[in-house]
Amino acid sequence: MGTLAEKILSVKSGKDYSANDIVIAKVDVAAFQDGTGPLGVRQLQKMNITKVKAPTSIFFLDHAAPSPRRELSNDHMLLREFSKQAGAILSEVGDGVIHQRLVESFAKPGDVVIGGDSHTCTSGALGAFATGMGSTDVAIGMAIGKTWFKVPETIRIEVNGKFQPGVFSKDLILYLIGMIGADGATYKALEFGGSTIDKMSMESRFVLSNMAVEAGAKVGLIASDRVTREYLKARGRLKDWRPLAPDKDANYEKVIKINAAKIEPQVAFPHTVDNTRPISSAKGKKVSQVFIGTCTNGRIEDLKIAAKILSGKKRATDTRLIVVPASRDVYLEAMKLGLLATFVKAGAIIMGPGCGPCVGVHQGVLGNGEVCLSTANRNFKGRMGNPEGFVYLASPATAAYSAIKGRISDPREVIKKGKKGKIRVNKSKKGRGNR
Amino acid sequence: MLIKGHVYKFGNNINTDVIYPGKYLSITADREEMAKHCFEAVHPEFLKNANPGDIIVGGKNFGCGSSREQAATCLKYFGVRAVVAETFARIFYRNAINLGLPVIIAPGITQQVEHNDDIEIDLLIGIIKNMRTNEIIKAKKLPDFILKIVTNNGLIPYLKKKLGILGN
Repeated sequence: MGTLAEKILSVKSGKDYSANDIVIAKVDVAAFQDGTGPLGVRQLQKMNITKVKAPTSIFFLDHAAPSPRRELSNDHMLLREFSKQAGAILSEVGDGVIHQRLVESFAKPGDVVIGGDSHTCTSGALGAFATGMGSTDVAIGMAIGKTWFKVPETIRIEVNGKFQPGVFSKDLILYLIGMIGADGATYKALEFGGSTIDKMSMESRFVLSNMAVEAGAKVGLIASDRVTREYLKARGRLKDWRPLAPDKDANYEKVIKINAAKIEPQVAFPHTVDNTRPISSAKGKKVSQVFIGTCTNGRIEDLKIAAKILSGKKRATDTRLIVVPASRDVYLEAMKLGLLATFVKAGAIIMGPGCGPCVGVHQGVLGNGEVCLSTANRNFKGRMGNPEGFVYLASPATAAYSAIKGRISDPREVIKKGKKGKIRVNKSKKGRGNR
Repeated sequence: MLIKGHVYKFGNNINTDVIYPGKYLSITADREEMAKHCFEAVHPEFLKNANPGDIIVGGKNFGCGSSREQAATCLKYFGVRAVVAETFARIFYRNAINLGLPVIIAPGITQQVEHNDDIEIDLLIGIIKNMRTNEIIKAKKLPDFILKIVTNNGLIPYLKKKLGILGN
């Protein structure tokens, strides 16, 4: 009978509910980051709240990490002090981006997760009802351990078929947002399924859920299955796993079917995420900065494919390359695997785990007229700190290959089908940097 | 409850990075200071031409993007009396209500209201009158509990007053 959204919210509010009902649900995880947390803390202080009630309450220092300005440093002090006093967890500068940290260590299937950050929907890939809210909403949820929701209607995204080599989940989600628009799922739940999703790694699934909000969705849900189980097990969290799937006769507002085999690498042009086109229409665009990282594409799988492409190559002379691992664990793993050395040799600069230049606070603000090809989730005007800059969005493979070429380039030129269905990066001289 | 004001009009997909630039996210206490940066980076003319008491009219998906509450706060403390749009993005919509800034969904509003028109919103009935053309535009009436939050100047004052569920 129920979609994933209906099933989770029914359990958390103690009665069977369906789309458009208004429910008061228990909150399992309430999270803030350093951009929205200070406002939240001030709201809590205004209400004389000194202890938090949500079972997992966390503050993440990631948007300005380390702080580039004294006002932000003072905000960090406020969050450190409050979390200590109120019994909340503090994720320090250098621990990583809120959404990556939430999936690594905190969110679990069936949870209700609220976060003072729109990309909180990332945890939906684990089968958690995870959604972004404003500071006051999260503050109240953190304080009383409950919040209200309108149970969303669900759009089912059914994906079947195999990606071409060089095409990734980032291309799929950009393609979908281009198709339904930036407001194509406003107030609704997106639920991803189908054979492509069943076989997809957890890391690739996070990309889909992460960007659900770019179509206006409240949540981006994926069933909790064996892949989810393996992911949690590998993180020493097997006890957090439970299976969770929508009912076979669930009511969907609509079902959108996508054939993965037909998708080409995608690029979102400035200045909206739904301004998405196949890479052929962006090909040759000169790029001043390439940024690989963020809560969308700063995971180990992303760094692996980027390193594979950049291995033994150099970035183009006029193209800066910034790599930011999404968390401390990703950073460590990349170090162990030698990926960081590959990036440094290729001419990249590696920043500490965090949001990096994505929000325009620090670490790579664009100059007037400069173009950045980014693996992030937003390309709004002014997003990277300068309304005169231009942000294009693409997959880590497209970003890495474009860094070598100095222009937006199609990664299918070097990524070919390898043995046993694995992908292989062509090591021919073609594609060497121009330095 | 009647809200009258002069219209400042925007188009579709006005996102919160546009309403409140990321570089000012470090301002978290001083709301008057937030108000000085509404639309500053992308539509700097707003700060010159708009006046306290104005009503913002937007197109589809107003307030999409980042969850930053400052986007709703800066408008409220600038003195924007209400925001009317074809549709809203959900986080901004909730934020505005939580702050006591009336947000009204009115499909077709951008066709019937021009920049610099004067309009009158009846929150209780859910209609908007264009004073220039005398046209009446149907808006979606706010659900009662949301109306209560808005008319009590936001979620925290409302909870404090009505429910007494907060505090030590």
